[in-house]
Amino acid sequence: MFLPHTDSERSEMLKTIGVSSIDELFKDVPEKVRYPALNLPPALTEMEAAAQLQQMAMANETTQDLACFLGAGAYNHYIPAAVDHILRRNEFYTAYTPYQPEVSQGTLQAIFEYQSLMCALTGMEVSNASHYDGATATAEAGIMAYHNFRGKRTRFILSPGVHPQYRQVFRTYMSGYENLEIVGDEANNDPMNYLERLEALIDGNTALVVVQYPDFFGQIHDFAPLAEKVHQAGGLFAVVINPIALGLLKPPGEFGADIVVGDGQPLGIPLSFGGPYLGIFTTRKEYVRRIAGRLVGETVDVQGRRGYVLTLTAREQHIRREKATSNICTNQGLMALAATVYLALVGKEGLRQVAELCYHKAHYAAQRIAEIPGYRVLNTKPFFHEFVVQCPKPVAEINEYLLDYGILGGYDLGQDYPTLSNHMLIAVTEMNSREEIETLVEYLKEFAHD
Amino acid sequence: MTEPTLFELSSPGRRGVRFPEPDVPKSALPEGFVRKDLPLPELAEVDVVRHFVRLSQKNYAVDYGLYPLGSCTMKYNPKINEDAARLPGFALAHPLQPIDTVQGSLALMYELQELLKEITGMGAVSLQPAAGAHGELTGVLIIRAYHQSRGDTKRTKILIPDSAHGTNPASSAMSGYEVVQLPSDKRGNVDLEALKAACDETVAGLMLTNPNTLGLFEENVLEVTRVVHEAGGLVYGDGANLNALLGIARPGDMGFDILHLNLHKTFSTPHGGGGPGSGPVAVTETLAEFLPGPIVTILEEGSEEVPPLYGFKMPNRSIGRVKAFHGHFGMMVRAYTYILMHGAEGLRKVAEHAVLNANYLLARLRHVYHIPYDRICKHEFVAEGIWDDAPGVHALDIAKRLIDYDFHPPTNYFPLIVREALMIEPTETESKQTLDKFADALIKIAEEAHTQPELLKSAPHHTPVGRLDEVKAAKELVLCCWFPEKESQAA
Ligand SMILES: Cc1ncc(COP(=O)(O)O)c(C=O)c1O
Repeated sequence: MFLPHTDSERSEMLKTIGVSSIDELFKDVPEKVRYPALNLPPALTEMEAAAQLQQMAMANETTQDLACFLGAGAYNHYIPAAVDHILRRNEFYTAYTPYQPEVSQGTLQAIFEYQSLMCALTGMEVSNASHYDGATATAEAGIMAYHNFRGKRTRFILSPGVHPQYRQVFRTYMSGYENLEIVGDEANNDPMNYLERLEALIDGNTALVVVQYPDFFGQIHDFAPLAEKVHQAGGLFAVVINPIALGLLKPPGEFGADIVVGDGQPLGIPLSFGGPYLGIFTTRKEYVRRIAGRLVGETVDVQGRRGYVLTLTAREQHIRREKATSNICTNQGLMALAATVYLALVGKEGLRQVAELCYHKAHYAAQRIAEIPGYRVLNTKPFFHEFVVQCPKPVAEINEYLLDYGILGGYDLGQDYPTLSNHMLIAVTEMNSREEIETLVEYLKEFAHD
Repeated sequence: MTEPTLFELSSPGRRGVRFPEPDVPKSALPEGFVRKDLPLPELAEVDVVRHFVRLSQKNYAVDYGLYPLGSCTMKYNPKINEDAARLPGFALAHPLQPIDTVQGSLALMYELQELLKEITGMGAVSLQPAAGAHGELTGVLIIRAYHQSRGDTKRTKILIPDSAHGTNPASSAMSGYEVVQLPSDKRGNVDLEALKAACDETVAGLMLTNPNTLGLFEENVLEVTRVVHEAGGLVYGDGANLNALLGIARPGDMGFDILHLNLHKTFSTPHGGGGPGSGPVAVTETLAEFLPGPIVTILEEGSEEVPPLYGFKMPNRSIGRVKAFHGHFGMMVRAYTYILMHGAEGLRKVAEHAVLNANYLLARLRHVYHIPYDRICKHEFVAEGIWDDAPGVHALDIAKRLIDYDFHPPTNYFPLIVREALMIEPTETESKQTLDKFADALIKIAEEAHTQPELLKSAPHHTPVGRLDEVKAAKELVLCCWFPEKESQAA
């Protein structure tokens, strides 16, 4: 199939090697483990494989078939047609990491532009070439802060408004470091109002405070006072963002963030059942040597022509080995390209427009749902495109009912916040028409009556 | 030609993709939170498309020619994989949908777990890790959790051969372990005596790459894993490059306890110019309870008429999540498609031809390039890119000169134990003709190194840019063409 060898070529090659059969090339493998009989399904032709995959894909009901009000860290946005046309360029997707810059200027310049766009969007000065996703980028912020204080500051404060899965990944990543305190997100009766509680936790031993903007409940907080408090205590302040929201909202660089992380999925990357997505990581120039992952820098060639290279590679595991602070090697190159193409296509006006569409539609949906007897919208502070609805019945039951009418309901917050059982997190994007919103309202109403 | 950046191409007022006006009443924007300026470029769709097409043409790629980067397994990426991953049923599914709406995705993940178990001879698999290094971190944290669960807290070291990939020591250090480097012996195997001497009750485990990064099969593998087990340690397998072992030998049968696989190498998912990858972790049955989760499982057995109901479970003593959602599902679809199309026999052929190709190149080159560990290799081999009688020529020069011959260079300067390393991995998808042209080019370059070294030193000659000033890049650190200061000064 993908092997071009003919029988005669094979025998010529064996002759050149000086062996009489392919088996002789495997004599160094202990005989007792050599050639296991693998019990695998018989090989399919491309035509058969295509049919089987098609059948499996069709067993799913997706956002194509359903009106989607589910977000919670992965969002249904419009992806302009040109994005995938660029991603399908063989020169981009079948290249490796740009280790040989003379034959990788396409990838390198695209990453340089990605870094520039991420800095512009977040209001920061340095961006790396990506992390695996928003969760691992958040965890790497923890590791960067740990090393920034040479392990001497051991308190890490996580807002309960940070995505629950990001907090879980943060804890897993930090579990190799002894005697750390990861606090701030303990179960609480009022998980949506946490600013004062976080402030009270900040002390001289605090390495990092992590908040989310807009937070997991969709709320937009003024984090400037918190940032100031963190800085007074000498700690670092990290903000998890949604890049679409930054089309409308003040960037964290303007209110004291030292590190900005987030998931770039909303920027032209399909939902794809959870991945591959894109981990955004930006920081201030003073921390450039502490940043994990690859960096592309501008330079010139022997003739003085502008070009790009991977730079500060001495920080990375290839050279530093066990002294490197991160092990990341392969990252999300092609997904960073997707975000770059997306932002180039929608541009300054378009991103603002998408953000505003999300905002207006979400607010309209929230107003309409708040009018239904039995439901209550908890968001009192400004919010972006997600909000919390207290429901008259368990969320799973409501969602099962909505599904019968072609609606993918919101996220069940009770899974992560014990005091928010029967609370649904609803996300609305530019993809939701007014008609879909009215339908959602109608069935929520009907369900409450049943 | 220098291609302007997106920011340089920008023209105020130009628009690319437009969106409809809101079909709902507008709400007041949040006061005090609205950003003043959004400094993004302004371009038309045609500007954007041409820009990226022009950039793409500055790249070398597998779909253009031979890309023999050692340790990277740059095999051809079947096109059906790309179409399969983009099927709307897969690409448009939200990760948090109710499980009964995503049985297709879950079935695929479950089956992939089962296939990988069979191929590797391991007991359980988590598909969550995003890449090889991520799998390593996961695996070392499992080693830690295992010892801790037994109250065995004195194990503080991980042993790593000096030929290992840099991610191995970095992953161990990130997991709180001290790294002890093991020397290689003359045949390129782990030095058994050194291993035995290092194995005591403070050893948590060994990270072993087999075939190792010299492309050599660890001839004493059964003895190595036995020694580590006897000392109470676990053996971690860096299976980033499993291409030579498919259907040939299973890590599970050789005594490995934990193994990561790079779907973006062995299982043909494309490298994307640096990712995304996928780095599933496989473990023995004993260690299954420590895997990161959730993991796809069968919740209700099926029958002849009804398919099983798939869902998620969290392993009992899981190290926790290592990633949001379920891992790189899009890459899983590609790898699954690849395995389906090969079957057992096809996978073994992949390994056989990967090894045939590497040995063929080795046979053609060993008279011209010094091979420090010269024996039958597996998927790759390492040559020295230097000659005593051609002073001043380095591996880097050979690499750059290869570009003039229209080939992508091999990996340079890794593994660290070979001086001026040229690490060559042709993969099974290259034809004899291509390999011959490549060998001819390398032989010619060896001659040039002795007769016209300046040709090598000044290479490459026909690329969009010549050799780049890396010192300047690191010193001036221009990492972004947009600066907040500039913007605020202008305002
Ligand atoms: C032997 C080996 N181990 C580990 C890795 C790391 O894999 P990844 O780049 O997917 O993180 C690589 C690939 O670069 C490798 O070649």
